[in-house]
Amino acid sequence: MRKTLVVCGLLLFLLAATFVIASLVGSQRLPPSSSLCALVGKSGCGLSFEQQAILFDLRLPRILLAGAVGSCLAAAGAGYQALLRNPLAEPYLLGVSNGAAVGTMTALVFFGRHEWSRPVMAFAGALLATFVVYRLARGRAGATPERLILAGVIVTTFLSSGIVFITTLMDATRIRSFTFWLLGDLSGTTSSLLTIALVAVAIGVGILALNARSLNLMMLGERDAFDLGVEVGRVRLTVFVAASLLVGASVASSGSVGYVGLVVPHLVRLSFGSDNRVVIVGSALAGAAFVIVADTVARTIIAPRELPVGAITALIGAPLFIFLLKRG
Amino acid sequence: MLEAKNITISYGPRQAVADVSLRAESGQMLAIIGPNGAGKSTLLGALNASVRITHGEVLLDGRPLDSYARRTIARRIAVVAQEADLRFPITVMEFVLGGRYAWSNTWGWESDHDVEVARGILRETEMEEFAGRLMRELSGGERQRAVLARALATEAKVLLLDEPTANLDLAHQATMLKVVRGRCDLRDTSAVVVTHDVNLAAEFADRVLLLKEGREIATGPPRAVLTAELLRTVFDLEVLVDAHPVSGAPRITPVHV
Repeated sequence: MRKTLVVCGLLLFLLAATFVIASLVGSQRLPPSSSLCALVGKSGCGLSFEQQAILFDLRLPRILLAGAVGSCLAAAGAGYQALLRNPLAEPYLLGVSNGAAVGTMTALVFFGRHEWSRPVMAFAGALLATFVVYRLARGRAGATPERLILAGVIVTTFLSSGIVFITTLMDATRIRSFTFWLLGDLSGTTSSLLTIALVAVAIGVGILALNARSLNLMMLGERDAFDLGVEVGRVRLTVFVAASLLVGASVASSGSVGYVGLVVPHLVRLSFGSDNRVVIVGSALAGAAFVIVADTVARTIIAPRELPVGAITALIGAPLFIFLLKRG
Repeated sequence: MLEAKNITISYGPRQAVADVSLRAESGQMLAIIGPNGAGKSTLLGALNASVRITHGEVLLDGRPLDSYARRTIARRIAVVAQEADLRFPITVMEFVLGGRYAWSNTWGWESDHDVEVARGILRETEMEEFAGRLMRELSGGERQRAVLARALATEAKVLLLDEPTANLDLAHQATMLKVVRGRCDLRDTSAVVVTHDVNLAAEFADRVLLLKEGREIATGPPRAVLTAELLRTVFDLEVLVDAHPVSGAPRITPVHV
């Protein structure tokens, strides 16, 4: 327990530091001392009206969203990995993100006026994709890592064709922004979607953390876990639903940011061991920091233009995936 | 006490176990012996409700096993499986603490008592020095001892062991069964061991159940059951049975002619 608290404290500090730094950096540089002063809630810090607007209306919501998306994806990744006994399991690679994307796009096309329909449909899409992948991967001899990844590829490509189909239903002016969104884009969100993402983090990470001890045993095989007293079916269902909720909320607000769920839990496990009580909460915190950094890079590297944040995370994640695959 | 009454386990038209009864009595070790595919592991699975029974029933202290909560069963019946899936790095101590799952809350941390029990078990199985080592860095024999230690950490009074000595060298095979035998003698534990090693069963078990094609051929003390005739029936093999020169237990030697 002490270890978990120390790790969480450490990562919380890291997250706070990234948060502050990211709020200062951007195409428009803000004066550090005045901005810090304004960030802690004081008035009369000497920021111009324009600078205030940049800090509070543009940067902060975006950083909060980046943090929420990172937490969602990293915690969901950690959950999937423990449950499927596969360090390569990740929302994007399993096709779960694409499931949520199809849900979101369906909501946009058919219930465009109701904003709440996006996260709901994204959640439904993620849940459906999760179950399909799980059923496909589970052969007679259980789900081998290779089978799981193949099932993910099949579901991803199938859903991609769904996405293409829905895109053709849209008008041409929106297609470009959708292509951007599909790669993970944090620029086009609203305050209600941000709230939903933050609430989803609290609920989803909470549920996963409460199942962490059971996941520790399921990570060593479902039969073993069952023998030791884990209600395997219930835990599996709970984790699938919680992880899908996290992925759904993240995709509905920012598209499919890839590889966060792979990179972050891997680094957390490497640094602090495989105990899921540490890994899940630690991944949520580190994931937030990771996406905040990636998004800061995405919005500053070719400023004033922007890259989708998914392009940056994939740039880091894909080589790591190959490394993990080679190491077996 | 754990008791199986006339259990049958069918997969479609195939009967993996047909009308088998057995009792795991406290302080005793029962060995289940039979050729590959005889239904030994399936039978063992039925004894902790991890395999569904088609007919018959399994009783734990007179009550049907499936009327107990999963956690209660896990506190009373422990399983020593062959190998754990070790794709993620975990330490021996973390692994053995897994045996305490059913005793404390399922979401929090292990209590000091849990840690104490785990330490005690690691001492008993001579694994103390390995506590901080990673499971996947251990040799096959050490790992198997850790699997046994985790089962013992549950403090269950019934131990189900599925080929506990497979992959172990001669010395470790005996150590493994000595620890289990000690548990039976000193703590009134009952053990059900599925094994291919007829001689180890003859040496350590109080009773032997011979199984062939899912059917019970005979049950009784090793001397009564491990006879050349019954073994020929079960394994379709000529064997020579004499007395072990030191222990006096039946000694079985296959005759290849």
